[in-house]
Amino acid sequence: MFSLHDVQHAYDGEPVLNVPEWQAQQGALWLMLGPSGSGKTTLLHVLAGILRPASGQVAVADQDISALSPSAMDRFRGKNIGIVLQRLHLIDSLTVMNNLLLAQYMAGETQNPARAREVLASLDLADKANARPHELSHGQAQRVAVARAVVNKPKLLLADEPTSNLDDERCVQVLDLLLNQAKACGATLVIATHDQRIKSRVPNQYALKGAA
Amino acid sequence: MNLATISLAYLKARSLNTLLNILLLALGIATIVLLLLTTAQLDQRMRRDAQGIDLVIGAKGSPMQVILSSIYHLDVPTGNIPYKQTQEISKHRAVKKAIPLALGDSYKGARIVGTTHAYLDHYGAKVAQGKRWEKTLEAVIGADVAKRMNLKLGNKFHGSHGLGEAGEVHEEHPYTVVGILEPSGSVLDRVVLCSVESVWAMHASHHDIKDINDIANQLKDEEKEYTALLIQYASPVAAAILPRYVNNNSAMQAASPAYETARLFSIIGVGVDVLRGFALVLVFSAGLSVFIALYNALNERRYDLAVMRTLGARPGTLLLLLLFEGLLLALIGGVLGIAGGHALTEVLGHALRLAQQVSVTGWTWINSEWWVLALAAGVGVVAALIPAWRAYRTDIAGTLARG
Repeated sequence: MFSLHDVQHAYDGEPVLNVPEWQAQQGALWLMLGPSGSGKTTLLHVLAGILRPASGQVAVADQDISALSPSAMDRFRGKNIGIVLQRLHLIDSLTVMNNLLLAQYMAGETQNPARAREVLASLDLADKANARPHELSHGQAQRVAVARAVVNKPKLLLADEPTSNLDDERCVQVLDLLLNQAKACGATLVIATHDQRIKSRVPNQYALKGAA
Repeated sequence: MNLATISLAYLKARSLNTLLNILLLALGIATIVLLLLTTAQLDQRMRRDAQGIDLVIGAKGSPMQVILSSIYHLDVPTGNIPYKQTQEISKHRAVKKAIPLALGDSYKGARIVGTTHAYLDHYGAKVAQGKRWEKTLEAVIGADVAKRMNLKLGNKFHGSHGLGEAGEVHEEHPYTVVGILEPSGSVLDRVVLCSVESVWAMHASHHDIKDINDIANQLKDEEKEYTALLIQYASPVAAAILPRYVNNNSAMQAASPAYETARLFSIIGVGVDVLRGFALVLVFSAGLSVFIALYNALNERRYDLAVMRTLGARPGTLLLLLLFEGLLLALIGGVLGIAGGHALTEVLGHALRLAQQVSVTGWTWINSEWWVLALAAGVGVVAALIPAWRAYRTDIAGTLARG
């Protein structure tokens, strides 16, 4: 679960985010909708704890993350929050397998190659474990990014515009993937998107209206 | 997966650049190690050869030449000294030990030293094969000489005049090898040893001698000459008496090995300092190159660093990652450089042995090499400091929002 209360943020005095109230149950599936510039990415960063809002309360998995020290926040994020970035940002110097182990290592978890292999297998990537990211197709790379986000069984899974620039068929596949993986680890899912095609597939929706 | 494997993966990912930096650092380190090894060994060997010799008495001339020719056998003598006066000095109460040397000839570049058994005892020489010389024209050869000239017991050879190979050959009196010494690491390894009488015998034709075996009795005392006298003092007070006594009362001069070798090292030291400066410039430019490489890589890696933060990495972890990368690079370069320095020293030692000079080997380790490794590591860490600090300051949200 997570809850936001009266969260506001501004860049250089220009308000970019205003969330009066948003509550989500553990395991709930959400879409965060809004036009470009409405603060979707900013809100995602706030939920991920990589950006502290100027004001308001943010709680994730029963933890008031505004109260955490920076280094406790890093640890908390590594263990409890999985993020699939819009541009994926896999680490090209490391193999697919090591990209997953890196997530465990950086989160301070015991490295568990069996768990990593299990996730790769569930995403049909078992044979890509030793491949380097640049050797993968875009679809495969996207699945690796999802795998890296869920390998620590997060309580909250965030995805930033995962379906933009995808054709209809691929769009459905990626959405299924995120929904299935979120369910598999019981994570609350938030997909930030302006993609109208996926609206009907996700039960809960939160519309950002912009800060003004 | 740990910081080392991640650093290594990044170093591998830009292997050409990594290789270049390692090579640059290794070159500088190798030069430093070469200098350390050669100077340490030269210093050690020179000390060993001069050990227990407090004073050298030779003919007037350059005192350094006296030392170089009589202790290290690296130079021609300044001349000869009269036998009678050396006898007086030998009996002086300030003298504990006086070893006579008669020089002048060589065999294929190896100095032939006419002396007494006291000379062997002074260096603690042990005979590996055969025995010590007894009769005139019997020779005992050093281990290096035996190996290099392939001389065996019973072999005969002719000495030639001077220290080079172009001197006039003494055809009439061949030496016979009666003993080969064990390697001792001292100057004895590379000389041919025989009695003083053998050396006199070579030049006996000037004095109309028939039986060279009895030459000591046939020569008048005034006709006998030594080249030098190696002196050990009876007491520290002798240092105040004997040099003055020699320099004032004779045609001879007294040279102090300690003083002259120190002077020699201070002359060589200038060259060593120049080379060391050059090596440090190499190490410094390697550090600069590592810095530039890491700094540039940081730009390509800003998303990687931001992603690591989203995966839970603390700023300090990224700082350590970058420092580790610099350290790893430096340690690889340092270890390679030390290995290279040893190899270079061995090659140089080989060339020196061929040139019949003092021997130097790469198969030895000296403690100051740990400092060289520490220097390399320090350069790596310092070069990584600023990049590491920038990694520490990575603004995750800002970086990710832009990409």
